[in-house]
Amino acid sequence: MAAQEPDPVISVRGATAALGARPVLRGVDLTVGRGEVVALLGANGSGKSTAVRAVIGQVPLTGGTIELFGTERRRFRDWARIGYVPQRTTASAGVPATVREVVASGRLSRRRFGLPTKADKAAVHRAMELVGLADRAQDAVTALSGGQHQRVLIARALASEPELLIMDEPMAGVDLASQEILAATLREQVAGGTSVLLVLHELGPLEPLIDRAVVLRDGCVVHDGPPPEAVGQHALPGHDHVHPHAAGEPLRTGLLT
Amino acid sequence: MDFLEPAFMQRALLAAVLVGITAPAVGIYLVQRRQALMGDGIGHVAMTGVGLGFLLNSSPVWMATLVAVAGSVAMELIRAYGKTRGDLALALLFYGGMAGGVLLINLSPTGSNANLSSYLFGSLSTVSTEDVTAISVLAGFVVLVTVGLRRQLFAVSQDEEFARVTGLPVRALNLLIAVTAAVTVTVAMRVVGLLLVSALMVVPVAAAQQLSKSFRMTFVLAVATGITVTLAGTVTSYYQDVPPGATIVLYAIGIFIVLTLLAAPLAKRRAKAAERAIADCDARCVPDTRRPTDDVKV
Repeated sequence: MAAQEPDPVISVRGATAALGARPVLRGVDLTVGRGEVVALLGANGSGKSTAVRAVIGQVPLTGGTIELFGTERRRFRDWARIGYVPQRTTASAGVPATVREVVASGRLSRRRFGLPTKADKAAVHRAMELVGLADRAQDAVTALSGGQHQRVLIARALASEPELLIMDEPMAGVDLASQEILAATLREQVAGGTSVLLVLHELGPLEPLIDRAVVLRDGCVVHDGPPPEAVGQHALPGHDHVHPHAAGEPLRTGLLT
Repeated sequence: MDFLEPAFMQRALLAAVLVGITAPAVGIYLVQRRQALMGDGIGHVAMTGVGLGFLLNSSPVWMATLVAVAGSVAMELIRAYGKTRGDLALALLFYGGMAGGVLLINLSPTGSNANLSSYLFGSLSTVSTEDVTAISVLAGFVVLVTVGLRRQLFAVSQDEEFARVTGLPVRALNLLIAVTAAVTVTVAMRVVGLLLVSALMVVPVAAAQQLSKSFRMTFVLAVATGITVTLAGTVTSYYQDVPPGATIVLYAIGIFIVLTLLAAPLAKRRAKAAERAIADCDARCVPDTRRPTDDVKV
């Protein structure tokens, strides 16, 4: 159990949720303090994605409470304060769209039905610069690599200039170059005071940024504290995940998978 | 330009242009959310409305609009809350709508399969002044929604879950797209017919995609294609004894083929430029990039 943060941006207490008849969350407590970077770790099916999707209101709880910025989640309306990066392998849909068009849709949380102002356009441009894609603004999203797709999704979340970033597996399927850029982007955001909750499969290049790790197993929190030791402690046989820093040999095993 | 003289041709051309604008304008959002055949389903449901119109001796156009709107709302609700297989539920709705239309029209004293076929395949030359009024009002609504709310509809159609987290009223916007699509189907019913209406919603968008990189350009090109083919098809059917609906759709497919052929060299050039950009980047920053081997799935 984490120490109670004085002014948490996310506060989850005893959350339970089910997908169909299967319980996925079985009493999860999760706190993210202001300016804190919390990693949510766990094996596939441990409930980490469900936990994050419950926080943003995409999965209904069967019990427990969730507060965002001190407001009960159901009554929370201030979505511009949250930047959400869903788990996707692509940022494109059935019709071509440019990087700018996709990123600009993230700004709608600030200006839902009004016309975009100069400030909105500047924020969209800044978001693209933050992920190093400003020069690709007019390019079709489909022309980008997997890692660049992920950067587009993150820029879209940053377009509303959020105080809290919630990211679901932002590093999945991302090449090394993009991973470094994403880590740098995140470092800049955290330095500016942004709080972050991110689901990760393994810590990777984000490791130095992470203040606290919450590990889920079968819908329960089994660890809440400093990030687990990289080598040894959590090594389980049969998981030869290649660490992104290592171009050559598999250095370490997957975390708790 | 003698095709402009007869009053029926003026009405036909006006109706055709309005359909040429509205069908792709709605269709682009359906294609974007990968529901390209939704228009087809609404068309089937609208048949029950046409049948009902004949049976109750009221306007088939307005009755079809009513039933199509109800049907499209039902489809959207099935999609959003569906616990059963979505595609099966939709199939029930489609074929129920079609069977209902055939049954009702045969029950009515004035209706026959011949009447029905003018709605199935369009009957541009019999468009009346009241039809033109109805089509204009409905088309105005469609343009207002698809252009005025383009940013919001784009966001919802691009990534629904993300749109919900931006606080947009996603459920309302989804229903609005469904209703707008239903209205468009009934607008296009007299021009290309219920069975071909979906083609005019989808094919111009597919054609525009061959050339464009942005949503905005796709929208503009699709509407331009829609106007071109509806006008060309209507004029052709004035000089040649061909059905306008089918002619319009075949013109649209012709434009799709031409643009696809034009786009091939363009795509090649773009791919080459991208390759150069990647090579540049590799040389500059990361000599030995490799992908992590663990693709994470949840």
